[in-house]
Amino acid sequence: MFKIIKQLTSVVAMFAVLFAFSTETMAAKKSKTLENTKKRGFVRCGVSQGLPGFSNADESGNWTGIDVDVCRAVAAATLGDATKVKFTPLSAKERFTALTSGEIDILSRNTTWTLSRDADIGLTFVGVNFYDGQGFMVRKGSGIASTSEFKNGTSVCTNLGTTTELNMRDFFDSKGISYEPVVFEKADEVVAAYDAGRCDTYTTDKSGLAAQRTKLSAPDDHVVLPETISKEPLGPVVRQGDSVWEDIVRWSLNTMIEAEEYGVNSSNADMMKTSNNPAIKRLVGAEGELGAAFGLDNDWNLRIIKQVGNYGESYKRNIADTGILPDRGPNELWTKGGILYVPPAR
Amino acid sequence: MNNIIKKYIPQILAILFVVLIFGFLTMNAQTNMDNRGIDFGFGFLSQESSFDVQFSLIEYSGSDSYARAFLVGLLNTLLVSIISIIFCTILGVIIGVARLSSNYLIKNSAAWYVEFFRNIPLLLQIFFWYYAALRALPMPEKANAWFGATYMTVKGYYIPSMVWENLNVFLYCALAAIISIIVLRNYANKLRDTQGKQIPVLLYSVALLIVLPLLSFLFGGVSLGFEIPELKKLSKISYIYEGGISLPPELIALVLALSLYTSTFVAECVRAGIEGVSKGQKEAAASVGLTPNQVLKLVIMPQALRIIIPPTTNQYLNLTKNSSLAAAIAYPDLVLVFAGTALMQTGKAIEIVSITMLTYLTISLTIAAIMNWYNKKIEIKEK
Repeated sequence: MFKIIKQLTSVVAMFAVLFAFSTETMAAKKSKTLENTKKRGFVRCGVSQGLPGFSNADESGNWTGIDVDVCRAVAAATLGDATKVKFTPLSAKERFTALTSGEIDILSRNTTWTLSRDADIGLTFVGVNFYDGQGFMVRKGSGIASTSEFKNGTSVCTNLGTTTELNMRDFFDSKGISYEPVVFEKADEVVAAYDAGRCDTYTTDKSGLAAQRTKLSAPDDHVVLPETISKEPLGPVVRQGDSVWEDIVRWSLNTMIEAEEYGVNSSNADMMKTSNNPAIKRLVGAEGELGAAFGLDNDWNLRIIKQVGNYGESYKRNIADTGILPDRGPNELWTKGGILYVPPAR
Repeated sequence: MNNIIKKYIPQILAILFVVLIFGFLTMNAQTNMDNRGIDFGFGFLSQESSFDVQFSLIEYSGSDSYARAFLVGLLNTLLVSIISIIFCTILGVIIGVARLSSNYLIKNSAAWYVEFFRNIPLLLQIFFWYYAALRALPMPEKANAWFGATYMTVKGYYIPSMVWENLNVFLYCALAAIISIIVLRNYANKLRDTQGKQIPVLLYSVALLIVLPLLSFLFGGVSLGFEIPELKKLSKISYIYEGGISLPPELIALVLALSLYTSTFVAECVRAGIEGVSKGQKEAAASVGLTPNQVLKLVIMPQALRIIIPPTTNQYLNLTKNSSLAAAIAYPDLVLVFAGTALMQTGKAIEIVSITMLTYLTISLTIAAIMNWYNKKIEIKEK
C-alpha cells in the first residue's frame, strides 16, 4: 500500500509541474518583444545562409549586407549598440517557422512581401528595403538574349520555398512552354547544379542572380536576361501581435531612408542637431519626443544614423561597392527618380 | 481487492498521464497559434497548388490541388524506395554470400565493400553520386548511345518508351502464367510430401513465363513498338532528348546511394543468417543423400531466412525513411514537394508536418506488416 501512495504522489507532482509550466506560458504571452530584447541584451535576427550584399558572413563571422543593417539599426535604437545582434542563418524553408515560433524577433532575409504571407501565416511585413524582380540567368554561349527564346523542355534550377517557384510556373504557363523545374533547398546547391550543366537557366530575384553569379566557376560566361517577370518587394518581417515592436522595426528602416532624403549621414549627424530645418532636427532627436511613442529615449534615431548610416550609405557599402548592382535602379529615392518613399517621421 | 488496485491503478494513471500530456500540448499549440493569428485546418488541401513538379508518375500541373501534389510526392517516395529495396536486396544477398566464399579475393573484396559503404554517412554518399555524376556525365549532344538507343547525360538517362498494342491481352497472358506457376508449385509440394518425388519447378516456371506471353504476340494480336529519344536543340549550346522516358539524374543518384548503402546492412543480415544455421544441419542433409543444391534450398535457406527477415525488415524501413534525404539533391519526394514547397506556400506547418509524419508511419507499418506476414509464413511449424 505504501508503494502505491508513493507512486500516486509522484504522479501528482508531475501534474503540478505541468500546470505550473502552463500558467507560466500564459504570463509570458503578455510580455513585449522589446522587454525581452532589453533583458537579453541583444536583438535576435534571422538572415540568409549567405547572399552577398544582403546578408553574408565573412571568415571571422562578421555579418554585412543591407538586410543585416536593418537589424543593426533596430539594435542601435533599442539597445544603443548596433553590434548587439545575434544572427541566425535560415533557409527559405525554415524562415517563417523560426519567426512565428519565437526563435528570432526580426526576419530580415530578402523576403518578398505578398498578401498570403502577410495575412495568412501570422506575420507582418513592416516595409520594403529593396525593390526587386525575378529574372533568368543563362550561359552566354547559348545565344539566348530574351526569355521569349526559351523552348519546350528547358530545365530551370531554383530554390525551394520561395515565390520564385510560383512566378516561374505563371511565366511558363502563360507562354505555353513546358519546362523542368529542378528545385534545391540551399542556394549553394542550386549554383553547383547550374554550374555543372544540369539546368539551362537559373532563376531567382535579379539581385540574387547578380550576387550568386560571383560564385560560379566562370562568372563572365553567364548573363542575366533583361526581362523581369515579377514584382519582388523585399523587406523585414516581424511576428503578428506585437504592434510596438512592429513600429520600432518599421521606423528604424524608415529613419535610414529619410536620413538619406534629408542628407543626414553617419559623419554629419551630430552637426545636424543645430540645423534650421525642423524635420532634420526631429530626425536626429533634437526636437520632438518621437522615441517616447515606442518606449525609447529621444536619441534612438540619431544612434541609427551614427552607428549604421543612412540607406544610401548602406547600399553603397554593401551592394554598389561590392560590384553586385552598382546602379540603384528603382531603389533610388523618389526625389531622384526611384521609388523609395517613406512616410514622414513626425 | 488490494491486488486489483496494485494491478490496475498504475496503468490507469499512466494512460491518464499520456492523455493529459497530449491534451496539454494540443492546447498549448492552439493558444499560441491563436495568439499569432494562425488558423488550423485542412481546407488548403483542395486549393490550387500553383507550383510545378519536376518529375511525376501521375498527371500533375500547377492547376491541380495540394492534395494531388501530396500524392505526387508520395508516389515519388514509394518509387525510389521500392526500386532501392529491390536493388539493395539483390546486391545484399550477393555480397552476403560472397563474404562466406572460400575464395580469398571474393571474400575480402566483399568485406571491404561492406566496411567502405557502411561507414560513410549517407548524405555524403548522395552528394557524391549526384555531383560527381553531374560533373562526369556528358552534355546531351555529346552522349554516346548505350544498348543502341539509351543515352546517359547530365540531364538524365533517356530510354525508349514502349508503345503497346492490345496491351490487355498481354497482361491476361502474363496473369495466366503467374496463376499456373502458383498451381504448379502447390502441386509439386504435394507430390514431394506424399510421394517424395521432385520436379524442376523453377525450370517449368521460367518456361511458362516466356511461352504464355509469347503466344499472345503470335496469336493475340499484341505488338510492341519503341519510341526512341531524339536529340532536340534548345539553343546554340544546349540540347535535350525528346520522346521516350527520361529518368532524372536526381532519381539515379538517390537509388545508387540508397542501394549501395543499405545493401551493406542487408549483406551482414544474410551472412549472419547463413552462419546462424549449425553445420550439423548441412552435414545431416548431405548424409541423407540430398544434392548440394537441395541442401541449400531445402535445409539451409528455410532456416537462415528466419534469422535474416526481421533485421532486414529494419533495413527496409530505414531505407524508406532515409529516402527523405532526397530533398538535398532536388528529387521531388514527399519531403521536398509536400513538406517543402507546399508547406512554404501555405504556411500550414503543423498540418503538413503531421500529415507527412503520419504518411511515413503508415508506409513503415505497411512494410513491417508485409515482412511479418512473410516471416510468419516461413517460420518453423511444429507438427
